[in-house]
Order: sequence, then structure tokens, then C-alpha cells
Amino acid sequence: MLRYLPHTEEEIKEMLETIGVDSIDELFQMIPERLRISSLDLGKPMDEYNLVNYFRNIGESNVSMDKLRVFRGAGIYNHFIPYVVYNLASRTEFLTAYTPYQPEVSQGTLTFMFEFQTMICELTGMEVANSSMYDGASAMAEAILMAARLKNRFKAYVAESVHPEYIQVAKTYCMGPGIELELMPFDETTGRVDLKDVDFTDGEKPAALVVGYPNFFGVIEDLRAIRTALPDDVLLIVVANPLALALYRAPGDLGADIVVGDGQPLGIPPQFGGPSFGFFATRMKYVRQMPGRIVGKARDLKGREGYVMILQTREQHIRRHRATSNICTNHAHSALMATVYMSLMGRKGLKEVAKRCHDGAHYLARELISSLGGKLVFNAPFFHEFLIRLEMDTKYMDEKLREKGFLGPLPIVDFYPRFGDDVALFCVTELNTIDEMNELVNILEAIKNGDI
Amino acid sequence: MVIFEESKRGRRGVQLPESGVPESELDVEDHLIRPEEEPGLPEVTEPQVVRHFIRLSRLNYSVDTGFYPLGSCTMKYNPKVHEFIVAAPHFTHLHPYQRQEDVQGALRLMYELQEVLCEITGMDAFTLQPAAGAHGELTGMLMVRKFFEVRGENNRRKVLIPDSAHGTNPASAVMAGFEVVEIKSGEDGLVDLNELRKNVGGDTAALMLTNPNTLGLFEKEILEISEMIHDAGALLYYDGANLNAIMGYARPGDMGFDIVHLNLHKTFSTPHGMGGPGSGPVGVKAFLKEFLPVPVIVKDGERYRMDYDLKHSIGKVRSFYANFTVLLKAYAYILSMGGEGLKRVSQLAVLNANYLKTLLSRRYKLKYDHPCMHEFVLDNEWLTKNLGVKTLDIAKRLLDKGFHAPTIYFPLIVHEAMMVEPTETETKDTLDAFARAMFEILDEAERAPEHLKEAPLTTPVSRFDEVAASRHPEVAYRRKEVAGS
Ligand SMILES: Cc1ncc(COP(=O)(O)O)c(C=O)c1O
Repeated sequence: MLRYLPHTEEEIKEMLETIGVDSIDELFQMIPERLRISSLDLGKPMDEYNLVNYFRNIGESNVSMDKLRVFRGAGIYNHFIPYVVYNLASRTEFLTAYTPYQPEVSQGTLTFMFEFQTMICELTGMEVANSSMYDGASAMAEAILMAARLKNRFKAYVAESVHPEYIQVAKTYCMGPGIELELMPFDETTGRVDLKDVDFTDGEKPAALVVGYPNFFGVIEDLRAIRTALPDDVLLIVVANPLALALYRAPGDLGADIVVGDGQPLGIPPQFGGPSFGFFATRMKYVRQMPGRIVGKARDLKGREGYVMILQTREQHIRRHRATSNICTNHAHSALMATVYMSLMGRKGLKEVAKRCHDGAHYLARELISSLGGKLVFNAPFFHEFLIRLEMDTKYMDEKLREKGFLGPLPIVDFYPRFGDDVALFCVTELNTIDEMNELVNILEAIKNGDI
Repeated sequence: MVIFEESKRGRRGVQLPESGVPESELDVEDHLIRPEEEPGLPEVTEPQVVRHFIRLSRLNYSVDTGFYPLGSCTMKYNPKVHEFIVAAPHFTHLHPYQRQEDVQGALRLMYELQEVLCEITGMDAFTLQPAAGAHGELTGMLMVRKFFEVRGENNRRKVLIPDSAHGTNPASAVMAGFEVVEIKSGEDGLVDLNELRKNVGGDTAALMLTNPNTLGLFEKEILEISEMIHDAGALLYYDGANLNAIMGYARPGDMGFDIVHLNLHKTFSTPHGMGGPGSGPVGVKAFLKEFLPVPVIVKDGERYRMDYDLKHSIGKVRSFYANFTVLLKAYAYILSMGGEGLKRVSQLAVLNANYLKTLLSRRYKLKYDHPCMHEFVLDNEWLTKNLGVKTLDIAKRLLDKGFHAPTIYFPLIVHEAMMVEPTETETKDTLDAFARAMFEILDEAERAPEHLKEAPLTTPVSRFDEVAASRHPEVAYRRKEVAGS
């Protein structure tokens, strides 16, 4: 316990004398007697050796993804993370600094944030990105709130094919301002959002439509067609997998107004779902309604270039109840990991990772169709996830695959009961080898034939 | 220099593992294919990346570099072993949709953390989901809202917040759909009971209170406040950003708070990471349990399980479960300290603050000169009046003296505020050195106040024109220059 606390008895005595009190307890005299407790019941302080063992022993009862062959994604993905990402992120000058309130001694933080914002703008095709949000789901929710403010409307459409947890979070966030969320169906054949029966002139207009890119089913939405079908004054919010944006046209080039998403695929380990970070990008004309911290270029007294936090009058510490958001602490350190990751990957590397994910998923889909008679649920183009009907109980399949050392595809029935219990959401990344895919297909065949 | 300026077409920093998978054509419509020259990311090698980010790291001030007395942020030492503990694959490589049998260790640690947080705060149940303090506030205020909705008291639209509160409090209340009523603090910096009485009523949903408050003062009339709020049928919300002051001495639960959020990245030593990720768990009294976001972690016999079955849950506030690895670091800290250790933490945090306050008050002015808790606020208005020296100038000069500046211009009720929070992990020698530096600055101010306007002089860059930067926002490296494309 004392290893972090530097005071000697002597010093304490001197300090108390200086203050002019007799004991430390005297300093707590403002706390009413009735409230005082004498101690907390938390056990004895643990030394470092036992602490490490405690966590290791409990941790080892987890079966981690590195011990499994992983074909599960659904929002958290198993990608290769170069060691340098961890190494640089562990620099304690990054880890133990806080928000760059004093830019003169925070140029490391501010410069990387500027780079991060640039990279997010490059990926999304937008003009301005903030320096991070908590996660993809809260970023999407904040995008809806921002659209409602911009349009002064209390309704938004969300494609039903957006990640179900993101929709739940959006619902929670929308309770506050009283924004009504209406779910937009997907086309049963393509899996793409289906706006043909939506009459935008009928009733209250939505502030925005939210679609996934790819959506939860892995399907690449035709953003251009969606934009065309939307009235001009309805904002298009795109929830993107940032890795997919290396292969697919930037949403900004296809008419998106706000692009958000979760940065976990960019060099952040799965970590049981967090922390990762949310990214949030939009057009410059909307910047004053953006949530979160934004870094911009500045000049110092001597004319030297550097970076500072800008447009802070949007934020809670200045604007208080009129702020664009309550966000203060964000996920800067995760954004740093992504910045290092994207720097290492570069344009070509990121494209290659994305392409390998795509190629693997398409190879596996073909094998499941040809060897197993699997039927893709949707016929629209997909990135690295796909829904397929396998004519087997996917819960049983899941159990059997786990016995064989796989974290298999996700049975979709818990998320969308309407697909039934024989449909699963597969995910392939650059880490899945052809051999393990072939083995997976063999096991599934055995399950299907009743051999397992 | 930004990394983009080092880019040369064709360089790369990673070799991917071979997968043996045959290539497939991108089967998407032409207009959805990304052009080959995009996205404009830098093209650099691993050594270039390493040099670049090491260089950036050296431009940063951090807790590990020196004293960082940033008030309201609790910049204490962050134990290194926690980073080692959470870096193991059995924590970093867990998928949120693994079957619960395979993540029992993770669930157990989360459950145990919920339990110890209950003990520390005197609350009955916790959610670990919120990603930060403000996120916890939003979670808490949405629970307040749902609570009154369920009771059919939809007229309770107002949330009372002292004018000394952190900006996230009013911002969170508004996000949860409430109207904010600001309560003016009394002359002593504490909640003025008369002001409160004037504003509390049948339309009040809650009072959001920080205790000790942002001036570092304990709200000694907390029991009267609690009674007044509860008598009016409203709820009492605790902003736990300042819990570092009172562990082992008093608990928000015993003070009458119904909902609390904690900042694990403050009191419980998880690193601030340049602004996160942190974690902002929310604790409630038993009668609000059913309103928590789902899932909560429960224990059935020997098994840990995620429980989604809460009758009045506000739903989800984030994807998946929590900032898991941040939770582990906080729990490791709590185990390292134990009950007596946490009490010692608060004792020494308060001792350090009072000691430094006593030293500084020899030549600086305090807005409120009572014994403080873990932090205190200097009021430099007299300096501005007499010498034209502003708090900002002192802050900037401190950077030259090798210290991070305290929080400045917060709380807003002190115009030239300088909010100092030394934390318990700093030595007496450091505090003495800081006080000396503050006095040197005062000497300089008396001698040549105009020089202070130029500070800092020894940092890699000097003061920026932030107004111009906001007027003409340049927020990204210009696209046409990227990657030579
Ligand atoms: C008193 C107080 N309340 C709330 C917050 C918000 O916490 P966070 O930044 O984790 O969202 C802070 C953070 O600085 C604070 O000091």
C-alpha cells in the first residue's frame, strides 16, 4: 500500500504544523459526525506479486480469442495489430497526460489528434472530424442528436440493418430530447435499406436517415441510390466500418452528411467490447453543431505552426447547458493507437487488409454454398461478413464448433428472430487462413450430416 | 511536422501474414469502388513511424514527467503494473459475443468491482457501462427521468445545479431532457440553503451535487440538503469526480445520494490517456436498481451472468458492456490499496492540499479560506487589478518552471480561478518546489509584469493565437498534399 504514497511520519508532522492542526483527522472536520465511517471493508492491501497472480489466475479462466479460430465479428473484429502499436501507445508521455489544456506542453497530443482527424477525413471523405467519441454507438446517437438540432426536427429514420446495439443506444439517447426513431426496413432480397414505400411528404419529416456501410449483415449499401431517394433536406448519416472505407467509395463522395463509426478495427484489441473509440466526421458547414473536441492548426507568438483545441465554445466547459454535447473525457488514447496503426498500414496496407478480409469472406461463402448447399440470405455485395442459411440449428452448430476450438459464426436468431435458427452471420478477417476455413467447412458438413 | 510529410509513394510499415486465400473480384457497383489512390494515408516505414511518435511523445507533459496539479482531474500516479496485468490476451482478446462460460473470469472481475464500488460509496448496485464521468451523468439523469415517468410524475422537468458545478452537469441534464436551474452559491462557496429552498418544488426532478464541491469544500449541510430535496419528492445526484477526498471517511450513499457516478480515471488511478478512455460507473440505491442500463453482472451460485432482465431499464448507453480494461486497472488499484489504503489516500490527498494551500496563502489569495479537502482555488483577481497579471499568465509561466499548470478559469464563479489539486502521490518536496515557483512568479509579476505575458519561453512553442485558429478552422492536413496523391 505504501508503494505509491511518499509521506514519512516526520514529513506529516511538519506539514500538520505548517497547516496549524494537530492531526490529519482534524482536516476532515467539515464532515458531519453523523456521516463519519471508520473504515471501508475491502480487505488487506495486496502486494504487487499477489496482485498479478490474482488477475492472472482469474483471467486464465477466460478462453481468449487467440486460443480459438475466430469467425465472429458483429461489431468487434479480430485483426492483426502490429506490435509497434502497443509499443508506442505504452509511452507514458501519452498514457499519463490529460486533455491538452496547455498546448505549449501538449504538442505531442495535439499533433497526433490533427493527424487522426486528417486520417478520419480521408477515410470518410468528410471535411472535419473530431478527436474521438466513446464508441461507435454513442457516436451514432450523437449524430442523430446533431441532425435533430440542425433541422430542428424531432424524428429520425434508422435502417433496421444497423447494428442492433447501436439502435438500442440511439433509442436511449433520444429519450432526452424526445426524438422519435422509426426503423426502416431492408429489402428481403438484397439486404439493402428499402425506401420505396417511404413517403417523405407524408407527416413529419425526419431530420436524418441512418444507414450502415456495410450494414450489420455485411451488405454494402448503395449510398448514392439512398441519397437520391432522400429529400435534399434530410441528412444522411452513415455508420461505417472504417476498414471497409479503404475499399469502398468514401461516404462523403456519395452524399453523406455525417459519417460515424467504431474505430476498433483500426488497431484496437477486442477487449471484451471496450474501450475502442468512436469517430465522428461531417461537413465544415455543420462544424458548429459538432460534439467533441476538435484540434486545429494555429500560430504561436513567434509565428511557428502548431496545434490547439478550437471551437471550444461548442463545449460543455464554456457553453454548459447550451453545449452541443456533454462529452468531456473522450477516447483519445485509443485514437492514438488507430493513428499509429493507420500510419503503419498506409494507403496500400489498409487496402490490402480490407481486400484480404473481403476475399476470405467471399471464398468461405463460395465454399459454404458449394460444399454445404448454404444459401446466402441476401444477394447484394458484401464486405467481410455475410448471412447464410445452413439448414442446421445454429445454436447446436455453435456449441459443436466451440468444442472444436472455433469461435464460430454468430447465430442471428437472438438478434433478428425472423431469420430463424438456421441462419448465421459469418465474419472473415485477414487472420483467417484458407486451411482453417476448409476445416470449418468440413466440420459444418459433418454437423449437417449428423456425424457430430 | 506531421506524419504525412514523411510519406513517399510505395513505402509501407507492415507485412501481413499469408492466408493462402485466392483473390476475388470486388463485386460491388462501380460507383461504390474506392479509387486506387485513396484513402490518402501516409506511406512510411516502421522506423519512421517509431521516430515520429517518439518525437511527439517527448513534446508532452505528463504525470510521469512531473507535477500535474490539474484541479478536478486527480492526476495521481498511475501504477505501471496495471498496464502489464491488462495486456494479457485473456483480457485483451475477449469477444463481447463469446458464450458466458468462456468469459467467467471477466464477468467475475466486473462483478467484484461492482461489489467493492458499492462498499466504497454506500450504494446498493452499480453499472459499469458508462465510458466517462459525463457519460455516467447522462446515464444517471436518464434514470431520473425514467423513474419519474414510471411514477407518472412527468411534471418534474427541472434539475437544480449549483453554479460551481462542472460544465458536464448542466450539459448532461439537458441531454436527458431536463431544464436546468442554476443555484447561486453562498458567500462561503457552499450551497445556499435559502437559494435552494426558493427553487426546489414539485417540478424538481433532482439536484446534482459534487461533494466536496469544485472549490474543494465539503458541503457540511449535506444532510439538510438531502432532506430538503427528498421532502420535495426529488432525487439527489452525486458527481463523484471528487471522491478522492473522502474515502474511508464518508460515503455518498450515507449522505442521502440516490445516484452517484465515479470517475475511475481520477480517484482510482487509471491513466487519463490524453483525454481517455476513462470509465464512469453509476451506482444507485436499491429502489432504482431496475432502472440501470442492461446488462448488469450478477452471480448465481458459482456462476457469473449478464442480466438483461431489468423491468424499467433505460436501455443501453453504449455498445457491449464497459471500458473493460479500464475497469480492471481500477479494480487492481482498489485491491492494492485495500480499505485502509484508500483511507490513507484520502488522508494524504487532503493533507497535501491543505499544506500547499497554507504555503501559497502566504502570498496568494484564496477565495474561500476554510480548511479544504483534496483541492483548493486561488483567486488571482487582485493581481489582475493591481498588476494586470492574469491567471493565464501565471499558468503559462509555471510551464517554464517545469510544472503543469493547475486548472484555470474553473469554477466559473471565481473569475481568475486557479484550481490546485496536488493528489496524494506527490512528495512534500515537490509541493515546496511548486510553492517556490509560484512565489518566483509573483516576484516577477511585481518586477516586470509585462514579461509574464510572453511566457512560456522555454517550451517548444509559445502561446498560440487560439482566436484566429477558431475563426479560420484548419482541421486536417490538406488533402491534395496527402501521400503525394
Ligand atoms: C467535477 C467534475 N464532474 C464531471 C466531470 C466529467 O467527467 P469526464 O471528463 O470523465 O466526462 C469532471 C471532469 O473533469 C469533473 O471534474
